[in-house]
Amino acid sequence: MSTLLDIENLWVRFPTRNGIFDAVRGVSFSLGRERLGIVGESGSGKSMTGRAILRLIRHPGIVEADHINLHGENLLAKSERDMRKVRGEQISMVMQDPKFSLNPVMTIGDQLIEAHRLHAKATKAEARKKALEMLEAVSIRDPERVMGAYPHEMSGGMGQRIMIAMMLIPNPEILIADEPTSALDVSVQGQVLSIMDRLVKERGMGLIFISHDLNLVSQFCDRVLIMYAGRIVEVCDANRLHEAQHPYTRGLLGSLPRFDAPRPRLEVLQRDPSWRDAPSVEGRT
Amino acid sequence: MANFATETERRPWLPLPPWARGTLVTLSSIAVTMLGLLFVTFLIGRVMPIDPVLAIVGERATEEQYNAAYRELGLDRSLAVQFFYYVSDVLRGDFGTSLLTAGDVSSDFARLFPATFELATIGILFGCILGVPLGVIAAVRRGSWIDQIARVIALVGYSMPIFWLGLMGLLLFYGILGWVGGPGRQGIFYEDMIPSVTGMILVDSLIAGDWAAFRDAFSHIVLPASLLGYYSLAYISRMTRSFMLEQLSAEYITTARVKGMSEWAVIWSHAFRNIRVQLITVIALSYANLLEGSVLTEIIFAWPGIGSYITTALLSADMNAVLGGTVVVGLVFICLNIFSDLLYKVFDPRSK
Amino acid sequence: MSMTSQTPPSSGGQSLRQWLLSDTPTSRRQARLSALYQGWLALRQNHMAMVGLAILVVLISIALFAPLIAPHDPFVQDLANRLQPLGSEGHLLGTDSLGRDILSRLIYGARITLYIVALVALIAPVVGLLVGTISGYAGGWADVILMRITDIFLAFPRLVLALAFVAALGAGIENAVLAISLTAWPPYARMARAETLTIRSSDYISAIRLQGAGPLRIIIKHIWPLCISSLIVRVTLDMAGIILAAAGLGFLGLGAQPPSPEWGAMISEGRRFILDHWWVATMPGLAIFAVSLAFNLLGDGLRDVLDPKDSAS
Repeated sequence: MSTLLDIENLWVRFPTRNGIFDAVRGVSFSLGRERLGIVGESGSGKSMTGRAILRLIRHPGIVEADHINLHGENLLAKSERDMRKVRGEQISMVMQDPKFSLNPVMTIGDQLIEAHRLHAKATKAEARKKALEMLEAVSIRDPERVMGAYPHEMSGGMGQRIMIAMMLIPNPEILIADEPTSALDVSVQGQVLSIMDRLVKERGMGLIFISHDLNLVSQFCDRVLIMYAGRIVEVCDANRLHEAQHPYTRGLLGSLPRFDAPRPRLEVLQRDPSWRDAPSVEGRT
Repeated sequence: MANFATETERRPWLPLPPWARGTLVTLSSIAVTMLGLLFVTFLIGRVMPIDPVLAIVGERATEEQYNAAYRELGLDRSLAVQFFYYVSDVLRGDFGTSLLTAGDVSSDFARLFPATFELATIGILFGCILGVPLGVIAAVRRGSWIDQIARVIALVGYSMPIFWLGLMGLLLFYGILGWVGGPGRQGIFYEDMIPSVTGMILVDSLIAGDWAAFRDAFSHIVLPASLLGYYSLAYISRMTRSFMLEQLSAEYITTARVKGMSEWAVIWSHAFRNIRVQLITVIALSYANLLEGSVLTEIIFAWPGIGSYITTALLSADMNAVLGGTVVVGLVFICLNIFSDLLYKVFDPRSK
Repeated sequence: MSMTSQTPPSSGGQSLRQWLLSDTPTSRRQARLSALYQGWLALRQNHMAMVGLAILVVLISIALFAPLIAPHDPFVQDLANRLQPLGSEGHLLGTDSLGRDILSRLIYGARITLYIVALVALIAPVVGLLVGTISGYAGGWADVILMRITDIFLAFPRLVLALAFVAALGAGIENAVLAISLTAWPPYARMARAETLTIRSSDYISAIRLQGAGPLRIIIKHIWPLCISSLIVRVTLDMAGIILAAAGLGFLGLGAQPPSPEWGAMISEGRRFILDHWWVATMPGLAIFAVSLAFNLLGDGLRDVLDPKDSAS
């Protein structure tokens, strides 16, 4: 499997009043045409990793890495103008809550059309057609009505599907999904995930799935990276998650309630300060 | 069966579609506020220690003359009846007679209004055209020197008395530097030389094709208009900055960047689009404030508008003029507020 | 156990500062003082706010010690020495059209400014708080009527209404204060009502109501304390506008009457001589500017400390 993305020694730092805070500390991994999950609690640095790849982290945040290679080209060396070509066209991102991640005063149609015309010279009519196609691809049944509607009129599940449609219009190779289902009702989560899954497979894309939900990630992804305090503490294949070695991962697994194996007490995760200091595990296949 | 009865009882008592009901509620709300305004001015007029009858008949009037005038002014009737007549007068546009000009207060207003309108309008244009971009840039380049300057401009605007700044401006730009015309709308030479079409000298001189007069009028209006414009600029830039900061930290801005948009496109097509409606409210409010500001400014620049009319009337206790001015300015305020509320409802898709 | 910690220990073990910064206050008094102290520390970091505070302290001292500081009597006329420029002998800021020392008049004028500020700051927020909390808590017709009245006063242009009031009541400093207060209270009523409505529906209010607390107790002991912080911020920020309004009224001759050294009236007196003797009108304006600026800076700082979500700066 060819490597799409290769990241070596990524650091993300934020200067604060009390010194410099390291959100991501020396993370290295690669991504092929696979579904890679990044799991961690709040503050583990998983979201920052995703944003750093797209170089969305702005001053005063500092992003450093040996390289962030997309098809061998180091993204960190690119100018902002070149990065704008990368964003959307080669790497895209779906965010958590469509209520907030869609522009409330633009119609959905206008936002979709904009997504297309940013990376392709198309007339409004052509862009409109493409937008309708995409909406149908994410199983939206009444695409014409949705085109003229506003984001606040959409339910959570529909909003997230629209978001996926919008982000896939320019045909990127890599999709970063930052907690895409965390704001959705459980009943709708599965639907949105299956749509995302189908599209990623159809287009042969690479997917980075960022979440705090270990269960979800283990079902949905091929490989899982577990992050803690800005470092990767473990890498394993999703179907071998139960064989995980690191005490943090075991602790996470142990604290999940299970219907088929009920226990009188759930484990409380005991954090070992040494996890913070151990070097980051390399997440390459 | 019992449920059916209560259901019919609960139906709204006005069989109108919701939009009509909404408009009716708004209109009645406006009417009540205006009535309240009139009531307050009415009370003020009745509270004064100066006897309005004496003001008309003079101190040497006989008792009969006094009583006759008393009855003619309607002061012998009950307060409620007096209020009723007051309101009906106002609705007909009759604010009484001015002691100073001996004319109708309402015709005085009509005559003087264009001058104030011209001044306030140019002021607000100044404030908007400079204030909005300043606010946007201050928000985008937060903490930079532009942001600091914007902050200083706003602080000064909120702390300096407008009449004093106007005086200083006259001293500097007219007295010392001689860059602008002095008090008044026109130089003596140009007075009454332009046929009055709209009452706004800038416009009228353009219509008459008289460039010299236009330049003269401009040199006289530029200082007071800039003065008003400065205060408007301070307010508008501050609010714009505040609105933009709110938008720039929103998630949809990140989405726009992820889509590959350039930063300026993100700022104007996305963030700014979200504050347009709020800005309209701010600008309307600022315009109303400028009308108020003109009260203190016109007197400094000998600008013959409504502001100086009210202040002159104040100093001579010409209550009809003062109260009339209060009502008119108050009505303009209310109308501007309603106007901006309406625009909000029309332009913000979320309020539908 | 709790008894021993109610008074700050003055020796041994903990210093006063440590007691104030303690994470575990053992009495309500300690918790309150601690919150105040920490708020003060946060405010102190804001240099601009400290400048504002310093100016206000200077203003208050000047007003208090006016008879001791002022080089001359502010009312004494000296027609031989009219319109002396800045830096003249014995008159640091020159003299006005009647030969009175401008510096001394400014100093005594500080008293008038302080008087106006104090009175309005006492009347308007209190009235607003009362109207707002009663309106918000009682609801129903009382709410509708009180809010209608508030809206009517809010719909008025503040300065023009104050002008009309003073014109009717007659010029004078008390009438000016009254007129300004009458136009200043509505925003506080609105704010207090909004806070009351939010608090009224919270669970702990229901809890104490179940315990038998009457509306008066609830309003005074529970709702008012929570309104106070936003009220303080708003009042401080409004002070600048109030000073400017008072100066405007003074300028129009509607405030303190001559020969009172009110700053706005001084500008009006000096207006005639602006082109040749500019300092007569300029100095009082600078004083007004300094005080308004001080209130604005302090108010901004207080807002950052007390209502951080509103500051957006």
